[in-house]
Amino acid sequence: MAINEETVKHVAKLSKLEIDEETIQTFTEEMNQIVEMVEVLEELDTEGVEGTYHGLQQTNVWREDKAVKGTDREELFKNVKTQKDGYIEVPDMFDNGEGQA
Amino acid sequence: MNFLDYTLEELHEKLVNKEWTAVELIESVYEKIEETDEKVGAFLTLNKEEALEAAREADKNGIDPNNILSGLPVGIKDNISTKGVRTTAASKMLEDFVPVYDATAVEKLKQAGMISVGKLNLDEFAMGGSTENSALKTTRNPWDLTKVPGGSSGGSAAAVAAGQIPVSLGSDTGGSIRQPASFTGLVGMKPTYGRVSRYGLIAFGSSLDQIGPFTRTVKDNALVLNAISGTDDKDSTSYRGETPDFTENIDKGVKGLRIGVPKEYFHEDAKETAIVSSVRQALDEYKKMGAEIVEVSLPHSKYGIPAYYIIASSEASSNLQRFDGIRYGYRSENINSLEDIYVKSRSEGFGMEVKRRIMLGTFSLSSGFYDAHFKKAAQARTLIRQDFDKAFEQVDVLVAPTTTSTAFEIGGKIEDPLAMYMADVLTVPVNLAGVPSLSIPCGFSEGLPIGMQIIGRPFDEQTIYRTAYAYEKATNHLTKKPVFKGGE
Repeated sequence: MAINEETVKHVAKLSKLEIDEETIQTFTEEMNQIVEMVEVLEELDTEGVEGTYHGLQQTNVWREDKAVKGTDREELFKNVKTQKDGYIEVPDMFDNGEGQA
Repeated sequence: MNFLDYTLEELHEKLVNKEWTAVELIESVYEKIEETDEKVGAFLTLNKEEALEAAREADKNGIDPNNILSGLPVGIKDNISTKGVRTTAASKMLEDFVPVYDATAVEKLKQAGMISVGKLNLDEFAMGGSTENSALKTTRNPWDLTKVPGGSSGGSAAAVAAGQIPVSLGSDTGGSIRQPASFTGLVGMKPTYGRVSRYGLIAFGSSLDQIGPFTRTVKDNALVLNAISGTDDKDSTSYRGETPDFTENIDKGVKGLRIGVPKEYFHEDAKETAIVSSVRQALDEYKKMGAEIVEVSLPHSKYGIPAYYIIASSEASSNLQRFDGIRYGYRSENINSLEDIYVKSRSEGFGMEVKRRIMLGTFSLSSGFYDAHFKKAAQARTLIRQDFDKAFEQVDVLVAPTTTSTAFEIGGKIEDPLAMYMADVLTVPVNLAGVPSLSIPCGFSEGLPIGMQIIGRPFDEQTIYRTAYAYEKATNHLTKKPVFKGGE
């Protein structure tokens, strides 16, 4: 088993996801199946083969250095849930000893 | 009014001759949706007022006789941003998200005079092959309502197949245009990577994603691709070369054309033998029309699925980091700290399949597994791309089945993620290589459509359309229409 429940918990943490115990079990099984399936790649001889990381072999795309009007600030704030004085408002980041945000 | 009865050119002619006004045309779209969408479930959002306003404008200004798309309706997959119209990606995460700009492809269609009538269902964030992963709605196949329409662009396919609209846009990361086109008897194009700007497309696998059209006929499809293609300053991966007229020489025929048959794509022992035999019949048809049929090999095909699921999931895990509950999208109500905003908003906002892919991608990119997974997959991708390069030294296009089955039962595969992944075996290599591929109808199996894909050289969509057009003219698959069989 390439993946155990501890790995799944670790990966969930890296992914900023919270997963309940039951789902951890399901994911452990499913991810093992998937990882087993992708491990067929191991048999492939890739010695000296460069990887392909892009959809198009096109490099250094520049645009003219010209000022253009950006999107209106008010427009951009339309989908913001909580705001104050032109900033996005979020809960306290650091515990200042005063309890809840 | 049934869009299944008309090509875009015929609709255009009726608008120019004032047999119909644009307003009447758009009204008939909403009537047809009213009449059929309770069964089909293709649309997530309708923007009727806005569409009728655009139609009134088109009638007032007059239909441009030189612009076929002017005044015609289109539906947009709901992972493509539309200014002022809710764009959800079929996710709880974006259920109330209203973009403040249009995707370039949408802007281009509007410039061409097309009228967007609404947004179409999909698998959440385009992850899936049946549209069952939508957090918002179930979409059914108009040929048989107990079957899936395919995915991820299932709504885009179902709406055109049901005759609600003549054209829709979808997106294809691993087959998400071609497979639903195949399941619903439509023409669906995955253009060469870079042909159509990805600006405004909600990113899934950025090195694989392409936007493309669904239509009933091959020429309609070429006309729409004409409108949405081109270099875009807002997408540095958009192609810097020329955009040809894809309808040019479309009726030139296939005499002397070299058609490659990739042997790895013909599973003679497959459960549904009708698929391989229909494509073989199509090849016989091509031979009769003067094409040369050549067997070729794409030896690394079997590594397509593993390489694809590593690369697409890795890119997705990175792309979906932006959904953090801060700037836009779902925010959990259950928060006491900044970390809670991220973790609880993501955990409550994303569905199971999206979480599964984020986890797989994060795992593939994580310390200790990067070399064996992500790097190895990228190398396999090079070998797959070289397979296509070599094949295209011998032939002009490749012809193969699009899928290994016809549309399956709703609920048939959703509990088995691996089986759902394996079903993409014939479509993902094309995305990994970046080449264009068009799926067209080539027959029926027990009343359900079969699709055949025509794969071309990079940026040679013209030859693909020419090949497809010749077959469409020589056959009569288009005369069959969906029957809305079954359902509750």
